[in-house]
Amino acid sequence: MTTEVGSETEVKKDSEQVGQDKAKGKPEEASETPGNDKSRKASSEETQDSPVPAPTSPSSPSSQKKEKDSSESKGISRFLPPWLKKQKSYTLAEPKDEAKKRATGEEQIAEEGESHPSEGVAQPKRSLETVAENNAKGDDKEEKHSVSSAETQPAKEDGKEIEVEKVTEEKEEKEKRETKEVQTAESIPQKPPKKIKTVQCKVVLLDGTEYSCDLEKRAKGQILFDKVCEHLNLLEKDYFGLLFYENSDQKNWLDSSKEIKRQIRSLPWLFTFNVKFYPPDPSQLTEDITRYFLCLQLRQDIASGRLPCSFVTHTLLGSYTLQAEMGDHDPEEHRSDYISEFQFAPNQTQEMEEKVAELHKTHRGLTPAQADSQFLENAKRLSMYGVDLHHAKDSEGVDIMLGVCANGLLIYKDRLRINRFAWPKILKISYKRSNFYIKVRPAELEQFESTIGFKLPNHRAAKRLWKVCVEHHTFFRLLSPEQPPKSKFLTLGSKFRYSGRTQAQTRQASNLIDRPAPYFERSSSKRVSRSLDGAPMSISDQSLLRDFHTTRGQPGGDKIIDLEAAGQAKLKEGGIEDDGSPLKTPQLELIQDGKSNSLRVDGENIYVRHSNLMLEDLDKTQDDLLKHQASISELKRNFMESTPEPRPNEWEKRRITPLSLQTQGSSHETLDIVEEKKQAEVGIEETLVIDETNKGKIQVATDAGETCKVEHLTKKDSSSLPSDSSSSSSSESEDEEVGEYQPHHRAVEEVIREEQEEEEDVKRKEHEEKIQHVEATPEGSQLTVPAEHTQVAAEDLVQENTTTIPAEEKNLSEEIKQDLYEEKEEEQLKLNGDVSHVDIDVSPQIICCSEPPVVKTEMVTISDATQRTEISTKEVPIVQTETKTITYESPQFDGSAAGSAGVLLSAQTITSESISTTTTTHITKMVKGGVSETRIEKRIVITGDADIDHDEALAQAIKEAKEQHPDMSVTRVVVHKETELAEEDED
Amino acid sequence: MGRGRAAGGALSAARAGGGGSRAEPGRSDPPASPRSMAGLGGGPAAFGRCTHAVVRALPESLCRQALRSTPGPEVDFARAEREHQLYVGVLRGKLGLQVLELPADESLPDCVFVEDAAVVCEETALLTRPGAPSRRKEVEAMKRVLESLNLNMVEMVDENATLDGGDVLFTGREFFVGLSKRTNQRGAEILADTFKDYAVSTVPVHDSLHLKSFCSMAGPNLIAIGSSEAAQKALKTMQQMSDHRYDKLTVPDDAAANCIYLNIPSKGHVLLHRAPEEYPESAKVFEKLKDHMLIPIANTELEKVDGSLTCCSVLINKTSEL
Repeated sequence: MTTEVGSETEVKKDSEQVGQDKAKGKPEEASETPGNDKSRKASSEETQDSPVPAPTSPSSPSSQKKEKDSSESKGISRFLPPWLKKQKSYTLAEPKDEAKKRATGEEQIAEEGESHPSEGVAQPKRSLETVAENNAKGDDKEEKHSVSSAETQPAKEDGKEIEVEKVTEEKEEKEKRETKEVQTAESIPQKPPKKIKTVQCKVVLLDGTEYSCDLEKRAKGQILFDKVCEHLNLLEKDYFGLLFYENSDQKNWLDSSKEIKRQIRSLPWLFTFNVKFYPPDPSQLTEDITRYFLCLQLRQDIASGRLPCSFVTHTLLGSYTLQAEMGDHDPEEHRSDYISEFQFAPNQTQEMEEKVAELHKTHRGLTPAQADSQFLENAKRLSMYGVDLHHAKDSEGVDIMLGVCANGLLIYKDRLRINRFAWPKILKISYKRSNFYIKVRPAELEQFESTIGFKLPNHRAAKRLWKVCVEHHTFFRLLSPEQPPKSKFLTLGSKFRYSGRTQAQTRQASNLIDRPAPYFERSSSKRVSRSLDGAPMSISDQSLLRDFHTTRGQPGGDKIIDLEAAGQAKLKEGGIEDDGSPLKTPQLELIQDGKSNSLRVDGENIYVRHSNLMLEDLDKTQDDLLKHQASISELKRNFMESTPEPRPNEWEKRRITPLSLQTQGSSHETLDIVEEKKQAEVGIEETLVIDETNKGKIQVATDAGETCKVEHLTKKDSSSLPSDSSSSSSSESEDEEVGEYQPHHRAVEEVIREEQEEEEDVKRKEHEEKIQHVEATPEGSQLTVPAEHTQVAAEDLVQENTTTIPAEEKNLSEEIKQDLYEEKEEEQLKLNGDVSHVDIDVSPQIICCSEPPVVKTEMVTISDATQRTEISTKEVPIVQTETKTITYESPQFDGSAAGSAGVLLSAQTITSESISTTTTTHITKMVKGGVSETRIEKRIVITGDADIDHDEALAQAIKEAKEQHPDMSVTRVVVHKETELAEEDED
Repeated sequence: MGRGRAAGGALSAARAGGGGSRAEPGRSDPPASPRSMAGLGGGPAAFGRCTHAVVRALPESLCRQALRSTPGPEVDFARAEREHQLYVGVLRGKLGLQVLELPADESLPDCVFVEDAAVVCEETALLTRPGAPSRRKEVEAMKRVLESLNLNMVEMVDENATLDGGDVLFTGREFFVGLSKRTNQRGAEILADTFKDYAVSTVPVHDSLHLKSFCSMAGPNLIAIGSSEAAQKALKTMQQMSDHRYDKLTVPDDAAANCIYLNIPSKGHVLLHRAPEEYPESAKVFEKLKDHMLIPIANTELEKVDGSLTCCSVLINKTSEL
């Protein structure tokens, strides 16, 4: 396209144009001219991204159509030797145009599905402009096109998941050789420094001062947040966040990974810097400055009454505040009224102030940092510390409060706690319209989990609560440093995800903080200096002062770079670590056969992949991308050369997150999307099934509003088992007001929390052992599930389908072994069957079913096309997430070979994790037909902020894998990218 | 518990009406040693600390008029008095507490069960509104004596609220309030408003008089619990509601699960429990607590009118000077 500097609108126009052209089947060039014209017109528009010509892949002998593919995909694919290129890329962004193409050939879908979040913002504007240009098509269509046309789009490249599989002995299965050119769509972020329109942004800090800065209008939340943290000299920033208020009382957290503008919409650019996750033990924070900000937050919370305290506690905390801010009590300086300027309590009284003053005298000698620590030690014990309250009604309409905290969900009626659901007890969190649901584990002796619903004041409130739950669960519950959780969970229903680091990660990162403690001024530090006269200044404080100048004002960019470097370093280490952590669950992979439309379960954990992907959100510059492509290409070539033969063409599984119907309206396209999504979700749920087999529960949820749950009764008490639950599907395509989230519980001892019952610990350990076996899913055992799972519907908690089929595992496993292809009608069984993979495991610890099957079924179909369309109301969030999976594999080892299921000798899963990458190594040893085979699957999840070089990381990973196991060959590389395209919070 | 200095002072007029507003402290104390002040009761380590105990003598009317859940043998007043004197003697003599003994009131047959009239945590006292109308006046004397201790006082004046202290289990970390015939939701709410620092969870109590009829704290992190189905169910509820995981000490007899744990500086863990003559099997369980100084106390007579060990005293930890 053009390299000219373009405004934001220009870009859009271009892309629109391209999209239109595509639709018309015209070559791209045709669109260029008009696009440029437009861009000139729109020169006044602010711009962030400028269009840069996306190179078409030189190596691809593709038709013109293929040339249209987004540059990103080309970037990778073009380096692949044609013989190895089995294109299985599939992109589901908001592929409105896809319906048709899919009908004809799925391969083409990949070309189109690139959508970008940035697109949604300027819709109205764009539409107008496009109307001017292009009349034939409706605005919606045009937008769609623009979305799907990748060439000129600035890419948000979120992340890639890389899988490298090595097989020592490969089966000889020569299948049709796929000569098709691999072309994946990848959008390239193009950010030439051009005229940038900026917006002034104000942030109220915790000490009440205001920080303002200029931001590009399209900047993401992270930019602002980083600026603020830099201003504050705060490194342990993961506990904090930026709030914006919709109304006076409706606070929303600014999502770092999304554009600010899309989140606040017409609201003023005014934010509040707040603590988002209250650390349960503030003493574990690394830096005093972090504790100081936490103190400031708590003082606000207490003074405002959000954090209730007794009188005694008010006075005690107040006295520590005085000590921290004013230093030792000085009878001369501190007259009787010196306290009045502080607010210690919502209703401060004379007595309280007197009491505070008395206590203040007793703290003589405490440094400000010590006083803050004492303050926190007391504040953290308050029962409402860190509890985020939400108004709701229970099923009977009684007013209650839902409190989200580090340990779970608390239910209050008035001030009384009437129930509590610790995270380990919660299987799923979801919302639909204004209802919020949690599904909890069955209690002892119970067979079925129960779902509890709450009514929130409105849809937005329900969604807010849901998001807060997802974030808290992720932050506090997932990812321990030694045995990091596979992923931060995620949700399919809404595209929302928690994109930050978890507490475990941030602690880990904090340990690396190597700077002199920064000096910072407390709000009344002037007085402090005076009052400190007689008091000894602590050594640390002095050093702080000394180092003040050197440490201050560290540019945020440096930090980012550091992170990136760390992530890559980690990647390099990503070899097999023999810690034997049984983290892996069987992985499922959905592979869609272009023609047969069947899904194949391939033994990969889609959930993990997906969820990890959802965490990634990157912008890349063109240069970076090209560079990366180059490095990758080299690796790819090597990889290709080492691989023997091509495999039959397959569609890689693709992952999709719900798309919003609201903005883009063509319904048939939506339908298509929905279907795709369903398929994807089936896969996800299958994964879940496997995971939950360990604890005897299987759940299959798909998109259409009906849920199939399969429970396997096992000998074990399922209530205490760790579950690796996948994020659940959601029926957002039909109703975006739904969001689901299944907390991901890890079977790691370290994760076991205090609140868990004693028995649970034991059981967990047991299960860990089991999981080891279960996890090994030989590739051979593949299940093919028909692709058209239209009837398998998204889980709607209200209308749930529960199927309990306790005793079927054996049969199912047999099915799997035989690699049966099942009919659509049987799909539920098949899903069930997936679970039975587990039985392939020879280990004696295999869970057996002791009870006859019980099937309960309740079917509710919510969605038909009409309804879906209707549902797209104002309240529907607009979120576009793009998922892309590209698989390169060498032919010899095909999952279908699994027909002869081997005997599993051993299986091992190892996970290592760094800040931005998660490496999971899955080693399976099997005997098939007298031949022993060792199979290593590596999953590398690269999660990161804008600057991580994914391609390089991928390249590095592949290289690394080859080096580590020189005697093995790489048979498959799956690259899965997830990009979030649009803001979800549109309504 | 409360190591924080109390806002002591003259009888501060405390009131907690329906809103359960916090009482204002009446005066100021001389500062106690600052470093020792941990706030919020000083955490679990301070659990069971006690300096004062409020008890009340038995009225003779107790024998015939005291409320009882089940008809049964008449109370042997003389024996009841002896047992009670022994109980008071242990608190005062053996454990060195300052025991404030209120005189009996013949018009209040249940007045010996002082626990129900007040809940004291740290430096704050909540004067209850007992569920049994005949017992409401018991609070008056309790109010007087607690005022003399300069506690922050909160009164439960809401006429819709009822609360018996016997339904309140304080674990050192949080409160559990049994919702029973004697205690209702409103009463629990006022308690929650009074002790804002702590989580207050409600526990349904059906088959017994009070929550503490079948459980109590036997140590800083240890819940003594009876074996009955109702007791076990209540324990499960409490476990579910709590962020903290408690140890449990299960005893065969529900009544024996009501014991008194104290942390006396010179003596360490002290546990007053029902005598082996009464509940031999349960006593054996207590005897396994090697770290505790065990003091068996018979309570045969008052048990006939639903009295248990904790019922007969209000324990107070007064760290600030009077």
